[in-house]
Amino acid sequence: MSKRRVMFTFPPERIEEPVIYLLGHQFGVVTNIRRADVTENKGWVVLELEGTDENIDRGIAWVSAKGIRVDSASGDVVEG
Amino acid sequence: MSYATSLRCRKCGGEYPLQAVNLCDFCFSPLDVAYDYKAMSKRVSRQALSSGPASMWRYQDLLPVDGPVVDIGTGFTPLTKCDGLARELGLEQLYIKNDCLNPTYSFKDRAVAVAITKARELGFHTVACASTGNLAASVAAHAAKAGLQAYVFIPADIETGKVVGTAVYGPTVVAVQGSYDKVNVLCHRLAETYEWGFINISLRSYYAEGSKTLGYEIAEQLNWRSPDCIVAPSASGLLFTRIWKGLNELSMLGLIDPVNTHMNLIQASGSSPIVNAFKAGTLHVHPVEPHTIAKSIAVGNPADGYYALRAVRESGGTAAAVSDEEIVAGMKLLARTEGIFAETAGGVVIAGLKNMVRSGEIKRDDLTVACITAAGLKTQEVVSDVIQPIVIQPTLESFQERVEMSCVAAAEVR
Repeated sequence: MSKRRVMFTFPPERIEEPVIYLLGHQFGVVTNIRRADVTENKGWVVLELEGTDENIDRGIAWVSAKGIRVDSASGDVVEG
Repeated sequence: MSYATSLRCRKCGGEYPLQAVNLCDFCFSPLDVAYDYKAMSKRVSRQALSSGPASMWRYQDLLPVDGPVVDIGTGFTPLTKCDGLARELGLEQLYIKNDCLNPTYSFKDRAVAVAITKARELGFHTVACASTGNLAASVAAHAAKAGLQAYVFIPADIETGKVVGTAVYGPTVVAVQGSYDKVNVLCHRLAETYEWGFINISLRSYYAEGSKTLGYEIAEQLNWRSPDCIVAPSASGLLFTRIWKGLNELSMLGLIDPVNTHMNLIQASGSSPIVNAFKAGTLHVHPVEPHTIAKSIAVGNPADGYYALRAVRESGGTAAAVSDEEIVAGMKLLARTEGIFAETAGGVVIAGLKNMVRSGEIKRDDLTVACITAAGLKTQEVVSDVIQPIVIQPTLESFQERVEMSCVAAAEVR
């Protein structure tokens, strides 16, 4: 089992969807929200995902395909 | 000796011991080094600092390291008065803080010197980083000096010529195939899997502190005062926040008057998540896909973006983005007027400074410091159109005919 700390940034049209619930339900990934800010026209959530590497990768691909941006919670590490 | 006491979460205030950890377990926010400033203030003075070595290590008492430091001669770079460029831009007092003149030609040496010193203190035998250039070279050089093994991860599409200045120091260079995002994901996973000192991940809290020395030096070189305006580029936002922190620490220690400096942040318009947030009036920095010639500052998801934004707002500064064309023009302007050949991030700063003076955000009589963070030889391809030699035959007549005539013509045009 692995853990990954990520940030989801939601476009307005996806804010009302229960994406985090479905991610846990459909991919067997445990989701644990640590910080978030969601309003009617924007939203971001910082959370930890726990599961097998394969399930986390599949889950993140499914979230990304919905147009939700997935980034590392600690920012990019490739620097100039 | 170090006055560092703990690592403290910037958001929730959670405290952690001084180990290789960069995120709060509770809220996943960055950890900062906390100090006993009261004890520090009894030890440091203007005179004591000024009599230290001509390097960043004159400020060792303000940094989170104990014992012998890894010193390749970093810091105390020139603060040069730039009257020619000032005239061109319409400023009365302009200085360039020239960090091109660090040992691996960029400001990263400041941050890496502290991170590698700390890595050795904490008992690491191997250090690592992910970089497209400046950071890689600095980590490789400092690791060589410290006798540590180094792994440097680079995107596979970087031209080999770009990594000569890294490979020469003898690290293991690993070229990762795949997009910028994929390289990021891999490096996070490597940091979780291997017990290395990952310079800008697990050692990031210490790495960040090295950048404060840029702020210290500016104040000391201005005879212990903070300028009216600072203009600096921003990628992850780390340097920007640390210049601000450095000035405020000096003030807190009673070494300079209260800081009244406007911190002005510039990004390339192809990678400007912090500027976007500033313009939109939000506090959340939405990540972007970077597309700019200023590769050294092309960070789409800046780790310290929120904090850089806060430094801009707290200081009454501003934030702006410049186009790739403006960046090239900025590089040429700096070289032509001051004899300083900066890389693209320097072009970003000069172009941004020019726009801010024109718009009145920086006033004519503001004492202004522009931070040039790395040398131009690293990105010389973007200005390769300057190579236009006048070709002559090896005769005096040919010189007089081709060169003298063209110089006379150019003078007449001017």
